Amino acid sequence: MAGHCARAPHMTVFEDESGRSRAAPAARGTSWLRSPHPAVVADREGGVVEFNAAAADLFPRMGVGTWLDEVVPGWLADAHRRLSGPARTPRVPAPATAPAGSAPLRGRHDGRLLRAHPTESGHGDVAWWLVDDSDLTAARDALRTEQERTALLAEASTQLLASLNPDRCLETAALLAAAHLGDAALVISPPVRNRYAVVTAVGESFGRSQVAMDPASVPGLAEALQGFPPVPARWIDPAELPPWAVPEGFGGTPGSVVITPLPGHGVPAGVLVLLRRGGRRAFDASEELFARLFAARAGAALSAARLYAEQARITRALIAELLPPQLHHVRGVDFAGGYRTSQDTERIGGDFYDVHAGADDDRETLAVLGDVCGKGLDAAVLTGRIRSTVQALMPLAGDHRTVLELLNGALLTSRHTRFATLVLASVRRSGGHVRLRLTSAGHPPPLILRGTGHVEEVDTGGTLVGALPEVTSRSATVSLSPGETCLLYTDGITEARGGPLGSSMFGEDRLRSALAECAGLPAEAVVERLQMVAGDWVGRGPHDDMAVVAITAPHTTHLSAVNGHTRGRYTA
Amino acid sequence: MSTHTTTSAPDLATTRGRLWEALAARDEAAATAAVLDAHDAGAPAEDLLLDVIGAVQARVGAEWAAGRIGVAQEHAATAIQDRVVGALAHRSPDRGTAAGPDVRGAGQPPRRVTVACVDGEWHALPARLLAEVLRGRGFLVDYLGAHVPTPHLIAHLHQSGTDVVALSSSLPVRLPVAHAAVSAVQALGLPVLVGGAAFGPGGRYARLIGADGWAPDARAAAALLADGPCPPGDARPEAAGDLPHLSDQEYTLVTRARPRLVRHVLEGLPGAVPATAAYDDRQRERTAEDIAHIVDFLAASLYADDAGLFTDFVTWTAGVLRARGVGQDALVAALDLLADAQHDFPRARSHLAAGRRALVRVPAPSTPGPRS
Repeated sequence: MAGHCARAPHMTVFEDESGRSRAAPAARGTSWLRSPHPAVVADREGGVVEFNAAAADLFPRMGVGTWLDEVVPGWLADAHRRLSGPARTPRVPAPATAPAGSAPLRGRHDGRLLRAHPTESGHGDVAWWLVDDSDLTAARDALRTEQERTALLAEASTQLLASLNPDRCLETAALLAAAHLGDAALVISPPVRNRYAVVTAVGESFGRSQVAMDPASVPGLAEALQGFPPVPARWIDPAELPPWAVPEGFGGTPGSVVITPLPGHGVPAGVLVLLRRGGRRAFDASEELFARLFAARAGAALSAARLYAEQARITRALIAELLPPQLHHVRGVDFAGGYRTSQDTERIGGDFYDVHAGADDDRETLAVLGDVCGKGLDAAVLTGRIRSTVQALMPLAGDHRTVLELLNGALLTSRHTRFATLVLASVRRSGGHVRLRLTSAGHPPPLILRGTGHVEEVDTGGTLVGALPEVTSRSATVSLSPGETCLLYTDGITEARGGPLGSSMFGEDRLRSALAECAGLPAEAVVERLQMVAGDWVGRGPHDDMAVVAITAPHTTHLSAVNGHTRGRYTA
Repeated sequence: MSTHTTTSAPDLATTRGRLWEALAARDEAAATAAVLDAHDAGAPAEDLLLDVIGAVQARVGAEWAAGRIGVAQEHAATAIQDRVVGALAHRSPDRGTAAGPDVRGAGQPPRRVTVACVDGEWHALPARLLAEVLRGRGFLVDYLGAHVPTPHLIAHLHQSGTDVVALSSSLPVRLPVAHAAVSAVQALGLPVLVGGAAFGPGGRYARLIGADGWAPDARAAAALLADGPCPPGDARPEAAGDLPHLSDQEYTLVTRARPRLVRHVLEGLPGAVPATAAYDDRQRERTAEDIAHIVDFLAASLYADDAGLFTDFVTWTAGVLRARGVGQDALVAALDLLADAQHDFPRARSHLAAGRRALVRVPAPSTPGPRS
């Protein structure tokens, strides 16, 4: 046990004391009789020769001439026998291994912890000086317990706060409580539709279950689950514990049970139930206090995790419509999109793209890619508005100019002061070819990658939307042969700074040569390649939102609608 | 990825041949048919994933290194392979639900695994194959794909209740990023298994950065996860994998000086290798990119404190150049010019010197290397 090691340095102190007492034989006489420390002198045979008042208090049956082993505890009598040589009755062969003063001798008597120091008087008698160590030992034990608990609380906080996942946090709380507070622990969460999630831990294993129950059936549980007003930890009769509350593997019925509320941030975080086996002592006051300190930490951590989970759930629901959509094969044409936000911590930004499938194979599919002035959440909110508006205007997409005019009007009347640039692409497959009508509204014109690797810029242009009362635009028509690609991109790609020399702009020329290398590639591969090239260009440096969409005429043999979820069908 | 052949049912070698031909023709339908036909004939999905798709992908990388196929072909092949994996995965429904009751403890195998590529890692196929293998073996798998920024990974872990994380990285230059990701995950109290060429021969850099486990291939990773060797995951907010050798600042300073070092070499190169004086803008830019790559690998070797990382890269690069009929004069000159600029950096100088020595004899390119 570690306690021995911790105590070792003190041994020298005892030896000093022992040495002092040995060095003061002159003090013998009357003075030692008034010593506050018990002292007793016994002869070689083990008979009591002299003792002082303190010793008489300690050993009431002691008298001159009594045998030591009849009036003092066995450990002291045995020590005397070992020290004084041949025993009075050689019941125990005595190995003389412990010379006087080498190590403090310790033992219990009448609820006290005594330290005994022998002093040989020279003519066979041994004087035993006894020091009552009870208080010192108790203080030392209390200190060690406190140190262990502080370390444990710090460790518990670290583990509890490590994860913001409520399930993991519950597991951690139950496991820590089972390891350090009881033989088993239950963490009961506040009910969801009258069902209580219960995490149980016994030793190092845990389980979780859903329990439908009436909390009033367990004394103290209903109050503890309320969270407020705060109720103290409560002892309950183990017999009143319902069967579900005794975890599998606990073995038998618990000897003691305590229910402690887990205080949360203004809301109840749940209840901690600690169980101890029958044979083990019950919880004392300091253990109860410690359980409360632990419960406070576990409750705070659980509340934080639940709050985070709830916020994350809300965020997910709210940004679902703002996230870039997963693009795939639509109406005989391959679409692929890639998005990288300016901040790694964010998932949405000021760039956007969408593909709205045509009603049937003969109708055009509308693809849109754009860039709202600004970045981050505010810009993302406006991308959502633009995306919904464009989707609503889908029936009018036969005329891009009308769509842009209506969109411009909608943006001008909104309370946002931001403007946007975008490209509209109406796409229809015709035989093996893909026909595109493309219109840029203040946006970098799309690039066309031919089968030869030649890259062309589409001759389209127009004013941005959301800034001026009137918009103008010029559309262009393009035809793609199988394997050819039309690339829509935002200026986050071309304006990305980085490269081997650190701060060069990626620029249109590099984009064109990167694209030229992608001749004949499927849409996903084009997007992946460009994202990779641009990503390597910026490295770890700052950059704007970057979005690309590839619209590719499939090669004649094509496996359609494969997005990892469907097997797809073959078309010859 | 493992390339050994163990199953014979339908000859995997034949399937590999069919798949390779289909990829060469960029014929997605034929590629899918090759793999699904073998599956119909009884080949286990796992063997098809690893010994066919994985093995053929390794061949794609080797062919690129040997200069026999171009970047575009490699990308096209990879894109088709990804779709083939998707088609095969659709055949093998998620078996995760059959994994048994939700009662676990330390020592029992983890069940929910998050598989992701580190930030900046675009080669997703090995991670995807691992994800499918784990799914096939009954794990619940969250596959996050290529290039996962660490904040996204951490947010996912908070929200998902994952038991263990598997991170993939192919380039040693991503080692510092991988280290940051591993430490961030471990700070949540979750163990991290790593795999991929970034972690060095025998996974030596995995140990260096304090990962909880390393596996040379998907089967070994699945076995490790099934055995549950990962510790229950103590929260470790303090940096795991402390790297005392970084205190000399060489890694930081070389990384920071990257643009300056590239310019220095670029300006000195025509003096050392006259042929480079005639380079046009495009060639100069390619050269600048190559030099930046050398600096990145030098920085990675300083981070890992392993000159072998740098010499492996240098010899591999020389092999790639040779396969394209390019001599190594410029490479040697670049190392010398870099060494000139590293007066105060003894570790960097010794790594550069080791790289130069290694160029004396250059083996033929074999393994898929750091660029594609």
